Amino acid sequence: MQDYDLIIKPKQQSKDYFADILRFKDLLLLLTWRDVLVRYKQTVIGLLWALIRPVLTMVVFTVVFGKIAKLPTEGEAPYAILVFTALLPWQFFATGFTACANSLVAGAGMLSKIYFPRLILPISSILTSLVDFAISFVILAALMVYYGFMPSVNIIFLPLFILLTFFTVFSTGVLIAALNVEYRDFKHIVPFIVQFGLYISPVGFSSSIVPEKYQWLYNLNPMVGIIDGFRWCILGTDTLNVQAITVSTVVTVILLVVSLKIFRNLERTFADKI
Amino acid sequence: MTNTVIKVENLTKQYRILHENKDPYKKFSDTLINFSKKCIMPWKFFNSKEVEMFKALNDVNFEIKKGEKIAIIGRNGAGKSTLLKVLSRITEPTEGSVKIKGRVASLLEVGTGFHPELTGRENIFLNGAILGMTKKEIQDKFDDIVEFSGCEKFLDTPVKRYSSGMRVRLGFAVAAHLESEILIVDEVLAVGDAEFQKKCLGKMDEISKGEGRTIIFVSHNMSAVQNLCDKGIVIDKGSVKYAGNVNNAVNEYMIQNNGLTTNDLEPEYLSEKDFEILDVKYIDLDEQEISSIKVNQEFYIDVKVRANSDITGSVLGLPVRNMYNDYVVVYVDRSIKFDDVKVGDEFTVRYKTINQLSPGSYFIDLNVKRHGKFEVWVKNIPYAVNELREGDINFKVQAGVYQGISSAEVIKK
Repeated sequence: MQDYDLIIKPKQQSKDYFADILRFKDLLLLLTWRDVLVRYKQTVIGLLWALIRPVLTMVVFTVVFGKIAKLPTEGEAPYAILVFTALLPWQFFATGFTACANSLVAGAGMLSKIYFPRLILPISSILTSLVDFAISFVILAALMVYYGFMPSVNIIFLPLFILLTFFTVFSTGVLIAALNVEYRDFKHIVPFIVQFGLYISPVGFSSSIVPEKYQWLYNLNPMVGIIDGFRWCILGTDTLNVQAITVSTVVTVILLVVSLKIFRNLERTFADKI
Repeated sequence: MTNTVIKVENLTKQYRILHENKDPYKKFSDTLINFSKKCIMPWKFFNSKEVEMFKALNDVNFEIKKGEKIAIIGRNGAGKSTLLKVLSRITEPTEGSVKIKGRVASLLEVGTGFHPELTGRENIFLNGAILGMTKKEIQDKFDDIVEFSGCEKFLDTPVKRYSSGMRVRLGFAVAAHLESEILIVDEVLAVGDAEFQKKCLGKMDEISKGEGRTIIFVSHNMSAVQNLCDKGIVIDKGSVKYAGNVNNAVNEYMIQNNGLTTNDLEPEYLSEKDFEILDVKYIDLDEQEISSIKVNQEFYIDVKVRANSDITGSVLGLPVRNMYNDYVVVYVDRSIKFDDVKVGDEFTVRYKTINQLSPGSYFIDLNVKRHGKFEVWVKNIPYAVNELREGDINFKVQAGVYQGISSAEVIKK
């Protein structure tokens, strides 16, 4: 008898599924690096695009909601900063979720020709969005200097919320990515979710303007807890929207478990169905 | 056996083929409608014929030992690529199992994951990582890879400006430097020029000889297969038809390729049967029957025929075809004429010749000169040449009158 390193059988679940992903971490990083690099190839202003997009969105939202609709800000914060603290997680969600949902179909060539842990593709697409997210923080810092606004001490909790955002993007994106392989309908649903989500999330406005009796419904959107959390950390809003944050966390954890289960079930036939 | 590195047992891979549905991608709404229909009228869908199960691999069994160089050959759609996909864990089998010992690197396509916008240098790192190398491994081998590819000048040019040949060179260069115990290579060299193909085959040979690595090689280029591999597996319609010596495997494949099966290897008669062929034998100088001929071997071809009519002034020739159906040589001796042959005469024509053909599989046809011109008379008699020649000999053939390199004699029975 001899011991084989690998046994391929039908409907097999790998024992060291996540260890395998770690083994391929160089591939993960190189794919991320490729996507970042490729995004700004053959552009004249290159990385500046990562700055221009969020700044323009921020200007439009500040003018429409703050100046024209004259919605109230939170505490002392200038409306531009109020908008931008929400734009940070929202842009991350929007780009990360979209890229993640399309990652498997976009990587069809690789998927059908090479073995690697399939989760690498969605993860790397989120990491790519994380680069833009980091750049956006530079803009936030510039805005704060411009308005002479000091961030609150709550900012030390920000990494927790960034982590929560990451997992929200991951769990929703991975689910859609896996389903997208067989049902291309999701390709059409994704832009709709992103567009619709912008209106039901407190990006251009503050959660305080939502009437009390609709708060519970409004809080079901996991992005509400995340955005309110970001504002609490940076602007130092008086009270933390505990209910919304709890909902975000619970929804994300449940989604994470369900999505991973579905993904692992479907990934065995990705190469046949892509 | 303790040195088995790959053991394939009862491997079956089934695909579903949808017949009525022209759209390969299911719509979610279709599934919902079908599902609800099934709930309401389950009996209606019980006998539905729209899905056909297709076995791309059907009960495949074989073993590969350490350091072996295996060719997997078969016609298009025979299941070769599916087998490689299962072996490299891209898709899972429907039944059966594969046991593998050692790290597998597979090259099913050259330059998978190449990004057209990235430069050659960037793509080397990317492709290396996709094939399973770590960043450090790639860095260590970077110079070798670049040298092998011959793309030094264009390292910082985006790959989209490369010619397709250059892309293949770069892709293969990366893959050739993989460090794995088992290397799986699909038909990937077809795009490169002859010189580069030779270089690749040389590299693969070097890998397997020097480091004792196992190579699984799929190709339609039979001379490449015979040069590189020592064993062959012939696959047809998802099943293993032959596994063993590479020359036999190639013969088997050639027979398949000419639309014949092993069972009905009957010569094909093209014109009226002046002669009926009874037997063709290859005999060495010691009068022993041989199944394949060596390079430069002097040997006899015994063709036993029976005359079906009275024949005068006929000459028998043996044109030899290669796998591309090009005639490469004719064994003929014009001094031997059949002048006074009566119906029912049986005789053996013995051609004595030196084989000048390189290793490979060939077919012999029989032709007969009647009414002043030669006609192909019998087709598809297998003719195999084995054993490699030392070194390479290049030569050109100039146009001229064919004199024949063989002599023949008639042995009256």
